[in-house]
Amino acid sequence: MRFFDFFRLSRRDDSANKAKERLTVLVALDRTGGGGPDFLPLLQRELLEVIRKYVDVDQEKVNVDFQAGTGFSTLEVNVELPNQLAQLRAG
Amino acid sequence: MSKVIVVTSGKGGVGKTTSAAAIGTGLALRGKKTVIIDFDVGLRNLDLIMGCERRVVFDFINVINDGIRLNQALIKDKRVDNLFILPTSQTRDKEALAAEGVAKVIEELRKDFDYIICDSPAGIERGAYMALYHADEAIVVTNPEVSSVRDSDRILGILNSKSKRAEHGDDPVKQHLLLTRYDLDRVQRGEMLKLDDVLEILAIPVLGVIPQCGSVLQASNLGMPVVLDDKSKAGQAYKDAVSRLLGEDVDLRYVTPQKRGLVDWLLRRSA
Repeated sequence: MRFFDFFRLSRRDDSANKAKERLTVLVALDRTGGGGPDFLPLLQRELLEVIRKYVDVDQEKVNVDFQAGTGFSTLEVNVELPNQLAQLRAG
Repeated sequence: MSKVIVVTSGKGGVGKTTSAAAIGTGLALRGKKTVIIDFDVGLRNLDLIMGCERRVVFDFINVINDGIRLNQALIKDKRVDNLFILPTSQTRDKEALAAEGVAKVIEELRKDFDYIICDSPAGIERGAYMALYHADEAIVVTNPEVSSVRDSDRILGILNSKSKRAEHGDDPVKQHLLLTRYDLDRVQRGEMLKLDDVLEILAIPVLGVIPQCGSVLQASNLGMPVVLDDKSKAGQAYKDAVSRLLGEDVDLRYVTPQKRGLVDWLLRRSA
């Protein structure tokens, strides 16, 4: 292998780039306080259960986002309702 | 005006003690009266790196808890004037670092020394907090490797929120990046994070880049701070870092490839 490596002038191992990409994401997450309080996943599940009592929504259609700020933090809950419900309302 | 500088990293094994020893010694070589304090209670190693392990009688913990005077515990370096070491205890645990006791020792040292270098233990527990609490400046030792960079970022956050300066609303702790174990060949092959990558992520100014160098291990074998080895690249890089710490403008060495002849290039490719 060494012999062939010799001729591969542009041998490019971009693991360093991968490292940088992963770090950039991770550090940004760490800085917001590890992605929010520990209860977030549970909150998301319970919210989903409550909403499902009334509307049939997918797991992926409920999004809970936590933003830590100086002074106050915000909790953003996004529920994407299915199409038929939107039509019902319009009619 | 005395300055307290913490040498910290979060992650272990990145070269904190080596760097604290080298930079402390470098400052003393430049005529600054310097003391290096070992905060790693229970894992005392600074004295070993400084080569004064057989001269330890009393330590930092004795001064805090047992009524021993500071100058009974301070060890004067035999090679460099103006250089002192305050070793820690090998047998006690971190709880022995009482906050008021540490504050009193730092206060007393400030009267007598230009630079007080605090060699922090790894981790983010009591010892690390105590080491960084009084800092005016921080040298964050980082390896070009994912876990080390991440931990460094965490430590920067702690410096900004938990240090005395942060708690009192004073000017923030001045932060410096010291990138160690930098292997230029691997960086060029795309196998190692480069200086610019680390700077972009951590967003603090660089104090120095220490190349991966066999002389560091050799120096620790001998109990001699690597900065005293004039021929070693790492020693020179530490000297440059000390100059920058003193406010001088010195170009970074060993971060760009040197021009090589064809034969040299062929040899490297086949190596």
